[in-house]
Amino acid sequence: MQIKKKGKHIITSSIEHHAVLDACKFLEKQGFEVTYLPVTPEGIVRVEDFKEALREDTILATVMHVNNEVGTIQPVEEIGNICREKGILFHVDAVQSFGKIPVNVDDLNADLLSVSAHKIYGPKGVGCLYIRRGTKIQNLLHGGGQERKKRPGTENVAGIVGFGVAAELAIKEMKEDSDKLTKLRDKLINGLMERISDVKLNGHPTKRICNNVNVSFKYVEGESLLLSLDMKGIEASSGSACTSGSLEPSHVLQAMGVPYEFIHGSVRMTLGRDNTEEDINYVLEVFPEIVERLREMSPLYQ
Amino acid sequence: MGKEKTKGGLNMYSEILMDHFTNPRNVGEIKDADAVANVGNVVCGDTMRIYIKVKDDIIEDIKFKTFGCGAAIASSSIATEMVKGKTLDEALKITNKEIADALGGLPPAKVHCSVMAADAIKKAIEQYREKTKEN
Repeated sequence: MQIKKKGKHIITSSIEHHAVLDACKFLEKQGFEVTYLPVTPEGIVRVEDFKEALREDTILATVMHVNNEVGTIQPVEEIGNICREKGILFHVDAVQSFGKIPVNVDDLNADLLSVSAHKIYGPKGVGCLYIRRGTKIQNLLHGGGQERKKRPGTENVAGIVGFGVAAELAIKEMKEDSDKLTKLRDKLINGLMERISDVKLNGHPTKRICNNVNVSFKYVEGESLLLSLDMKGIEASSGSACTSGSLEPSHVLQAMGVPYEFIHGSVRMTLGRDNTEEDINYVLEVFPEIVERLREMSPLYQ
Repeated sequence: MGKEKTKGGLNMYSEILMDHFTNPRNVGEIKDADAVANVGNVVCGDTMRIYIKVKDDIIEDIKFKTFGCGAAIASSSIATEMVKGKTLDEALKITNKEIADALGGLPPAKVHCSVMAADAIKKAIEQYREKTKEN
């Protein structure tokens, strides 16, 4: 790789999406060295840790704007400034933030930034990579002139058009949607904390994206919660080992130092623009009895 | 938010399994149990506790408490049902495969739940035999 001559050190965080983590693991096999930054118990990368991780041969940093599991907003702007000063390429995974909070490649000092259409109500299978002018990247595929030869192949026109319209709408309705969702989010979080004992909010209470709720219930296991919620028509996901195909608990909650008994009882609920206050009331109504029933069955609960 | 449930529990469990998850049999404790066995641990995410009451070498009563996924709860439930009223020797013969089959099968990643249930029963019986030998 051309860039290896300049340096072989990459900095990322330990809570990135697997799309980034697995790419970093692959690059390690190619001879690059990767630093995986730790995070605070609230799930935020410390800028000081980033500064400390910098090396003479650091060539690339990649940090997510918003974490997909716990919704924390990362200090990408500050990290971008440092990268710009040091001449380090900076990639931002903005999949979770785009359309919900302002994403401006100049404010973030991003050289590269990725966004996905399906997270903003666009079609599946389309995304975009912003590449700042002058940033050299290798061709992903070879054999055609499309997408400046970087990713040749006949374009998915319907996908691209759909993505474009979704992006236009997302930006137009961003403020209204995010105000509404923030209110619903906080109502849901506060309501669960009030109604149920031994609950823990995962992530940061305010440095948090508007649509993310991630809470852990001690003494109950996440998949049992999901099944019970599903029977009530509520769709959620969990970081518990039992819900992952690999039987590995969430790497994000582990990196945050969340105790195992709380990781296994974690539930993420993602709000969308169609959710209403009645939906939240309904979830708050059925949730306590679900947790209570499972706790009654749990040998850990006395 | 649709209020319709996904068919068969997140599309991976049988109706029998979902019935045992929703209406578990023999859940609870036995205060004066003859043996109490714990298997699993909090780190791996599944913990099962089995209480047995034995009379004339027969499992007269059995209860369980389980922290775990739907398959773990359902495995505990159906396993206790399968061994209740059986002699200790009969109960020891029950395999995890029989438990999984009785549930209408388990997804590959969940087979260990049936292993845990079989192990928990075995452990409780061994504990009981150990205890009665001493007396």
